[in-house]
Amino acid sequence: MTIFDSTTLSAAGIAAGSATGAAAETRSNIIEATQAAEDAVLTPKDAGAFPHALRAALAARIANEAGENDLADRYLAGAGDMAGLADPSQDGETEGLAHVVAFADKAANHTREILAEDISTLQAAGVGDADIVRLCELVAFVAYQLRVVAGLRLMKGAAA
Amino acid sequence: MSRIVHKFTRTVPQWQPRVTPVDLQEATEEQLDALSVTPSNTKVSAYVLTLAHDVESLKVRSPLFNAIMYDPGGMSRAERELGAIGASMVNRCIYCAAVHADRHAKLEKDTAVTDELFAKGEKADLNPRNRAIFDFARKLSESPVAADEADMAKLREAGLNDEEILDLILSTSLFGWANRLMHVLGDPVREEVSA
Repeated sequence: MTIFDSTTLSAAGIAAGSATGAAAETRSNIIEATQAAEDAVLTPKDAGAFPHALRAALAARIANEAGENDLADRYLAGAGDMAGLADPSQDGETEGLAHVVAFADKAANHTREILAEDISTLQAAGVGDADIVRLCELVAFVAYQLRVVAGLRLMKGAAA
Repeated sequence: MSRIVHKFTRTVPQWQPRVTPVDLQEATEEQLDALSVTPSNTKVSAYVLTLAHDVESLKVRSPLFNAIMYDPGGMSRAERELGAIGASMVNRCIYCAAVHADRHAKLEKDTAVTDELFAKGEKADLNPRNRAIFDFARKLSESPVAADEADMAKLREAGLNDEEILDLILSTSLFGWANRLMHVLGDPVREEVSA
């Protein structure tokens, strides 16, 4: 297992020996810590109200909405029977998760428009405070990872 | 009484959580362990106590945050802060923007760049290197990502090398994460001074 097997570098198509790969090697500790963070949000020991399959589906949904389809497919592999939610046109009603899906979409894609009411709506729907934090960490991590992947791909393209 | 801060400022506000933070007296062994890896372990902030609800994430996030912002080599610390500010302005995270504008001004011993950014946003008058850095950070932070080949070319034209560009990608993206915690889970507030 090297940093080039990590989700981030593989989804961006960064290979060992390339100029971008050499830069990534100077920050191998960060690539490794990013992988550890991915494991912590996608497959935590204590998943709270969000089982691993649902986490994978929401991550894939956010990556798909951002146009990061390679990254989305990697998340989707763990989505099991929740895979339908990876399609941004599905609203989560069928799964009884419309409130979770609506919140994840807004926090991921319209962050600046989030209001206190978005949190109180989740609370009113019965989502506990610990689970609200878990959901935010998942959405926030995916927002980070998809931007690292997008940035690395631009870097690689420019290095050609 | 406290009021919510809506305008960008370098004067760091208080952060008021929208959920109930973990009570330190009732924290689990694992939470206490994770709380000790944060920079300030004597007085734990409401923000860190809020994040302690997801202890597995908190444990890995703190060292990752510090490595991206402070590890030696690559991009200067002030320029990494500029990446953080670009993201925080796009996501309107007033608290994050304040903390990192204040750090930028202290590192540079100059408030000119952040004064200009807070006054004029993307129309700020910046030198070519800061211009390329801020524009890339801003566009990488949009949803969907708006940075493209031309923005990357401008970074190279401004003289950034591969290691610096990587650090900019990392610090900007990191604030895509931090903003979605800080701005989503709480409000930036200031105590009203009574007349």
